[in-house]
Amino acid sequence: MDFALILTILIKIITLTFVVVLPLVPVSVYFERRFSAIIQDRVGPNRVGIPLTLFGGKKDFSFFGLVQPVADGIKLFLKEDFTPAHVRKAFYWMAPALTVAPALITLCVIPFGSDIQLPGMDPVKLVIADINVGPLFIFAVASLSVYGITLAGWSSNSKFPFIGGVRSTAQMISYEIALGLSIIPVLLYFGELNLSKIVQYQAEHGWLLLPLWGHGEGALSLTSKLLFWIPAFISFLIFTISIFAETNRMPFDLPECETELVGGYHTEYSSMKFAMFFMGEYAAMVVGSALIVTLFFGGWSVGFGADAAIAGFAIGGFKIGGLVHLGVFLAKVIAFILFFILVRWTVPRFRYDQLMKLGWVIFFEAALINVFLAALVIASGSGKFTPLILGIGGVLLVITTAAIIYVAKVSEPKVKALA
Amino acid sequence: MAIVKLTRPKLSVGEKIYFGALLKGFFLTMKHAVASLRNKSRGAKDMASSGLGVTMQYPEQRWDDHMPEHYRGAPTLVTDEQGRERCVSCQLCEFICPPKAIKIIPGEIPSDDPWAKVEKRPKEFDIDMIRCIYCGMCEEVCPEQAIYLRKDYLISGLTRAEMVHDKKKLYEIGGVRVGLVNKWNEIK
Amino acid sequence: MSDTTTAPAEIKLPKDLAAEKGMVNVQIDGVWHQFPRGTRMIEACRSVQVEVPHYCYHPKLSVPGNCRMCLVQMGMPPRPAPGQEPQRDEKGYENIGWMPRPVIACANTVSENMGIRTKGELVEKCREGVMEFLLINHPLDCPICDQAGECRLQEFSVGFGKGTSRFVDLKVKKPKNVDIGPRIRLDDERCIMCSRCIRFMDEVAGDPVLGFTQRGTHTTLTVHPGRILDSNYSLNTADICPVGALTSNDFRFQMRVWFLKETKSIDVNCGTGTNITIWTRGNQIHRITPRQNDAVNSCWMPDSHRLNFHYIDSEARLTEPLQRDANGQYQPISWAQANQSIAAGLKHFSASQIAIIGSGRMTNEELFLTKQLADQLGDTWLSIVPRTGEADHLLVAADRNPNTTGAQLIWQSADPAGSLNAIRDGIRNGNIKALISLGEDLISDAGFTADDLAKLDFHVHSHILANPTANAAAIVLPGAAFAEKRGSMVNLSGRLQRLNAACIAPGQAHDDWEILRDLLNKVSSDPQQMPNIENVFKKLSESVSEFENLTLSRITDQGVVITETNHVIPLLENERARKAAGVING
Repeated sequence: MDFALILTILIKIITLTFVVVLPLVPVSVYFERRFSAIIQDRVGPNRVGIPLTLFGGKKDFSFFGLVQPVADGIKLFLKEDFTPAHVRKAFYWMAPALTVAPALITLCVIPFGSDIQLPGMDPVKLVIADINVGPLFIFAVASLSVYGITLAGWSSNSKFPFIGGVRSTAQMISYEIALGLSIIPVLLYFGELNLSKIVQYQAEHGWLLLPLWGHGEGALSLTSKLLFWIPAFISFLIFTISIFAETNRMPFDLPECETELVGGYHTEYSSMKFAMFFMGEYAAMVVGSALIVTLFFGGWSVGFGADAAIAGFAIGGFKIGGLVHLGVFLAKVIAFILFFILVRWTVPRFRYDQLMKLGWVIFFEAALINVFLAALVIASGSGKFTPLILGIGGVLLVITTAAIIYVAKVSEPKVKALA
Repeated sequence: MAIVKLTRPKLSVGEKIYFGALLKGFFLTMKHAVASLRNKSRGAKDMASSGLGVTMQYPEQRWDDHMPEHYRGAPTLVTDEQGRERCVSCQLCEFICPPKAIKIIPGEIPSDDPWAKVEKRPKEFDIDMIRCIYCGMCEEVCPEQAIYLRKDYLISGLTRAEMVHDKKKLYEIGGVRVGLVNKWNEIK
Repeated sequence: MSDTTTAPAEIKLPKDLAAEKGMVNVQIDGVWHQFPRGTRMIEACRSVQVEVPHYCYHPKLSVPGNCRMCLVQMGMPPRPAPGQEPQRDEKGYENIGWMPRPVIACANTVSENMGIRTKGELVEKCREGVMEFLLINHPLDCPICDQAGECRLQEFSVGFGKGTSRFVDLKVKKPKNVDIGPRIRLDDERCIMCSRCIRFMDEVAGDPVLGFTQRGTHTTLTVHPGRILDSNYSLNTADICPVGALTSNDFRFQMRVWFLKETKSIDVNCGTGTNITIWTRGNQIHRITPRQNDAVNSCWMPDSHRLNFHYIDSEARLTEPLQRDANGQYQPISWAQANQSIAAGLKHFSASQIAIIGSGRMTNEELFLTKQLADQLGDTWLSIVPRTGEADHLLVAADRNPNTTGAQLIWQSADPAGSLNAIRDGIRNGNIKALISLGEDLISDAGFTADDLAKLDFHVHSHILANPTANAAAIVLPGAAFAEKRGSMVNLSGRLQRLNAACIAPGQAHDDWEILRDLLNKVSSDPQQMPNIENVFKKLSESVSEFENLTLSRITDQGVVITETNHVIPLLENERARKAAGVING
């Protein structure tokens, strides 16, 4: 491997992880606080800025309180890093890192933009590792973050964190099934596991949830695409909600449910170790948003066939179209983060049994049926099957669906009224 | 204990699907968000809002003129028209103070003092404002009308010692209060 | 009624039943009781827990009957016409004819078939009127008055007064803040002319210096011309003053009484063992007052004993164990180190070279442990320091050590101070090389000189204050003052009495018995578990016959007599004589 390639990869890692995504964490914290304040008719953090009065200025420069995350960070850094005597030290120290690291590792397969090219050099893809198993890699790594929370809960050697950890384990494992099943239709549609190629495809042939351009030319017809919109939307719903559960966000933040578990798995943590959990949660949210955007909303693509032109945009020999796409991608991600926040401040927390029921009884089955539905739609669009076969398939699907709903219904425990 | 039988409400299919309620929720929260941004939140005018939501920006904006007559701020000691310190250190406030914020060391008034006939006054009178809960019991119990809760609410300090108001500070905040019962001032 | 066959003629009437015992039947608030003949009505009521408010009456003083607060309604059976039998109720009591006017309960004695009403409209109106008269000229001094909180005028004003004043004229002006003696301050405006102080000084203290001048509302309490109230019992007048007219200079404006915690203990300034109450707030003693014990001190105590507690808060208090280093400087050490050093130091000497000087101010438990220590070290010298003064023919005894009797009993020696001179000589001629002095300043109280102590090779000193003896010792241990310890003492009349801790010793200072226990366990081959002073007392009761079957809690607040001595407390003799003469009743 030549030196330039390694250097490029290093630069990509450092830039994309530490310059692009990591700052998104405090920014999303800031957004969270401001947005929730506005929703609740408050102001939110608007003070922390540059304290000019300290240096003899007339007025502080508050800058909408944007420096607040920095202040929070400094505060967390300077707090006493207290390790209680009763914890299992090694695991206790490991747990925060185990939550943050997977979230950051998953970033390496997310395509942040199209290629950029410096004069006289090869084009550089704005993705750290352009591997052919993108979504699978993400699921594989992201599911590791459950270890962080579980270990935190267990090693704290204290009741509430332990319950939080157990809840988290159960919840994450349950929702991973729905998560995995829900994107099978998407992968069927693209016939591809490389996220860069998925995005490229969406740029050329329309986003999964906005399939309005680039018909034909070796792709599905508009009718098929619109027909596929139905399973795609179901996938999107299941996937998004499962991401909420995976990131332990409201309304699924049962592992750290304050009203029941004090602080949940991080009750015994303080200072930067606590901050790592905090960061892990928000990083997971950023990654989740990025994944949703990548799979369903065309990733970095602007859409409407404009991407090829933008990708080719260059100043001198420097093709900077990729940077424009990077901006578009970040805008989409932030929009999704705002959606995450809106959900958090709208939807009340689920009860734990409701959460498990939702995961196992509804999403699992819905995702399963959705796979067949998607397959049927794709089969019908491919023109390789006769309408008879498709019809039989449709009927079978309806029967299966009905059977599953019936089974779910009868298996539900009958609530007896108190005598 | 009486047993209350609860019947779960029968939900319609639309309610069971839950998305309707979700959308309604999003609509509500967004309505609030938009109203906050446009300074149209309910009650924004009455609460002297700073322009975002209903919150007032405290150190810059204050509500001192809205303070009711009975507002209980910092407890202080007062002097009367004759400049006599009214406290005779009977220590009833020290006794009644629920958080034990008051500490008095009584002292005798020297015989050459014009108010020597009062005999007793506080040598030291400290109110720990970190402890004070502004309940006003001291004012109520004082038999000499010497301690009053003033409207000062901005009690801050950088050290604990600074937060203990000594006698000098208490008289400084309290000032002169006229029109009180003057039982010690009768002609003798 | 029982249905036995007893003939009606044999049924004795209640008055006959009572008369057999020298008693009379009295109905108080509707309930019949029996009292000895000659009992005052107020005492009769008090003995059955019916409180009659009063100011001038004091059970240990004669009865002037001048405050009129104790007015009650009295009733007697009407005298039957000649030849007529008195009417009786079914229990045999005669019907009472109630008198329309009240009588004072303090000056009248009970008689057969008497009725007393301490409640009812008549009595309540009378009390209300008396209160109103008393308050007419009373100043509104309560916020500055030291009596506030324990003032009878306040209490009865709340209990029986009107609540408002109808008086519109100017109040009578009288002298305030009068200096009538070195320890007592007089405020004549507050005086309600009960004359308790006058009677006390006359009858008990035997120094009649107080009296009234003027008449009517202008009556003024004052000292006799050319005299001052300087008796050693003057502070008792402040105790018995029901209002704030007489107050203690020492306690003046120190602390309001409602902050003070009361601890029952005994005085340690002389062999009488006066019962006292220690009044503390937090860890500070504010005053000491006598506590009634009719077998020791009645209701009184001498001023000299009462005021002798300020040294407890002195700057000179020792607060941590000290050891003299090579340069002669005292360095603070831990208790463990101190005990280690003492045990190691004592090893170099044979038993006859060691002397232990204890103190007659030690409690029985400490004396016991001292004896144990002496036995443990071998046949050492052992003594207390005698302390004598002049007896005052009232309460102050000539023996100023509070626990000489205890030392006699526990050390089983008729003269526990006997070997002090021998010890002094032994130190001077070099036979005694190691000394443990406990709670005594040898230089100022035991006739030692600094040169004597300098001859010692090893000197351990325990005291509560830094003193010249401490300055000569190799190791100084901080002890606890009398108000900081629990324990027992035996007074000169053989009464075992209990001290209770009113506050805790400052800094690292230990209770003396703990010092001795730790020392004993250090030098002993058989350390004993004695976590509480109760354990020590138990061991004491097992080994000294007089203390048998006693525990610290079995010594009540009034004490128990454990040995017979011929000691006589003169004040109690006076009291007995006056009681026999019918002057007092309590």
